[in-house]
Amino acid sequence: MNNVFVYCEIEEGKVADVSQELLTKGRKLADDLKCQLEAVVIGSNLKGVEKQIIPYGVDMVWIADDKRLYPFTTLPHTSIIVKLFQEQKPQIALMGATSIGRDLGPRVSSALHSGLTADCTSLVIGDHEDKKAKKEYKDLLYQIRPAFGGNIVATIVNPECRPQMATVREGVMKKEILSDAYKGKVKNLEVEKYVKPEDFVVTVIERHMEKSKVNIKNAGIIVSGGYGVGSKENFNLLYELADVIGAEVGASRAAVDAGYAEHERQIGQTGVTVRPKLYIACGISGQIQHTAGMEESSMVIAINTDPNAPINAVADYIITGDIATVVPKMIKYYKENTK
Amino acid sequence: MKGLKIVVLAKQVPDTRNVGKDAMKADGTVNRAALEAIFNPEDLNALEQALRLKDKYEGTEVTLLTMGPGRAAEIIREGLYRGADNGYLLSDRAFAGSDTLATSYALSCAIKQMGKVDVIIAGRQAIDGDTAQVGPQVAEKLGMPQITYAEEIVGIEKAKVTVKRRLERGVEVVEGALPMMITVNASAPDCRPRNAKFVMKYKHARAVSEMQNVAEDYIALHNNRPYLHIGEWSVNDIETKEEELGLSGSPTKVKSIENVVFQAKEAKVLEPTDADMDELMKELIANHTIG
Repeated sequence: MNNVFVYCEIEEGKVADVSQELLTKGRKLADDLKCQLEAVVIGSNLKGVEKQIIPYGVDMVWIADDKRLYPFTTLPHTSIIVKLFQEQKPQIALMGATSIGRDLGPRVSSALHSGLTADCTSLVIGDHEDKKAKKEYKDLLYQIRPAFGGNIVATIVNPECRPQMATVREGVMKKEILSDAYKGKVKNLEVEKYVKPEDFVVTVIERHMEKSKVNIKNAGIIVSGGYGVGSKENFNLLYELADVIGAEVGASRAAVDAGYAEHERQIGQTGVTVRPKLYIACGISGQIQHTAGMEESSMVIAINTDPNAPINAVADYIITGDIATVVPKMIKYYKENTK
Repeated sequence: MKGLKIVVLAKQVPDTRNVGKDAMKADGTVNRAALEAIFNPEDLNALEQALRLKDKYEGTEVTLLTMGPGRAAEIIREGLYRGADNGYLLSDRAFAGSDTLATSYALSCAIKQMGKVDVIIAGRQAIDGDTAQVGPQVAEKLGMPQITYAEEIVGIEKAKVTVKRRLERGVEVVEGALPMMITVNASAPDCRPRNAKFVMKYKHARAVSEMQNVAEDYIALHNNRPYLHIGEWSVNDIETKEEELGLSGSPTKVKSIENVVFQAKEAKVLEPTDADMDELMKELIANHTIG
């Protein structure tokens, strides 16, 4: 009762990174609240899955294992979570802001009439005072997220409704094993008691999943392009530079929307968050929804024709100029100086 | 499948993608008034999917539903220009302050008013909040299954819909029985442009709250052409529980809002010259940042 729950996603038989990141954050929140951390896994062939969960400091793992539960479909997973939450009454429930968590989360929150905050970038425990109702609340979950295209940062609370639900994108929280020797319990749910036959109304008839080829999340250097790059052809310059200096290519949302780069390269509020040692921002104006995803880079070089581009505020080096001029020069002088 | 009844959920949003210089005030906060109000981009993708079903299946009716202030009727007109059959604006002060759950509740009550609906199609998320919650929450309130992240509604045969979904790491084809809520990604085809014929037909279409200060001949025009009348519902026109609406129906509360102010920090300014680029590369190599 009154514990912190994390919904663990399964990806090719493994617990997803984002779920383990949330377990690490969940452990921290549970410590602050002096309560337990529990995890729910729903899927098929889950034998031994707790070994990927308990070391993050999980006290209880709930497992629903049934061949109809993988791949993910909305209704059976919703039914299990809703009933389990009604029985266990968690105070906080966290999910990944993925195509699974963002499908399941709102459904669960609607069924339980509990508030859900999407894509949180920070979660902390704090008190809240409702001045109008003259009520004080202790130890609520502050759900902090950018809104309005990232131009504001809002702190959201759910004073009355439980669980307080939040989703968080992959790569935003850090994942850290607490102890390989951590002792947690495992409980297998009797799936039949949690799902109804009509929950299986949607069936998956085909699936083509590919391992992500792009790995910008763990790249040490990122050459990133924005709308200002101007064309898909100009983007090739960024690939050339990345190739030469051993970097990955990233992109802003505007560049992805314009078709210059694939979605999996998107950095920022609606893409991935990165922390490379060097971030080279090419033709990126630097709206907060982008900088939110890269401002923890150790060093930032901003290349932009606009000397007043907002990106310059987070830059260590500002180069005012055209990509087509600057990037080839960088390639040239990198090669000359490394000979 | 003939005679489908489709509802498209759409939202008028500030164009947060084009936050230009005049959209930021001198103190670094957002100047909302400078942002254009637009048809939420993914809702246009949703509308296109609905219109393709209408092209494919005879007798299909596409109805737009939006919630917002009077001026949100603009996006109903925009939908009519592109081929929707009709639309409703849900507008009332009672809805003010709604979070996603209270919004979903109000929308679901309006949809119940429309009788039998086979498919509800919405954009995956709106660019002013990026929550992706309203579609699934409306579905839950209506007891309807959902298919999110749709890239293409492949077809509807024997009351079963087949949908191709675009996920982070691949594609999935799913099928399910109607009625169904489907939310559509930006990776779906763009919406068709306005059709000149429909622009002519509907350019005078107005919702009640837009008719407050118009000339008499305009009212006469509307009386003669009922299709110019954009349906507008207030809280009294739909069946709702008051405590589920607006602020009181919203479990989430905004504790605080912080405008993001760009902070200046010391940076080295370089020219795009050979000398500066040479210097930069030498520095980066010397401090082991690259190489």
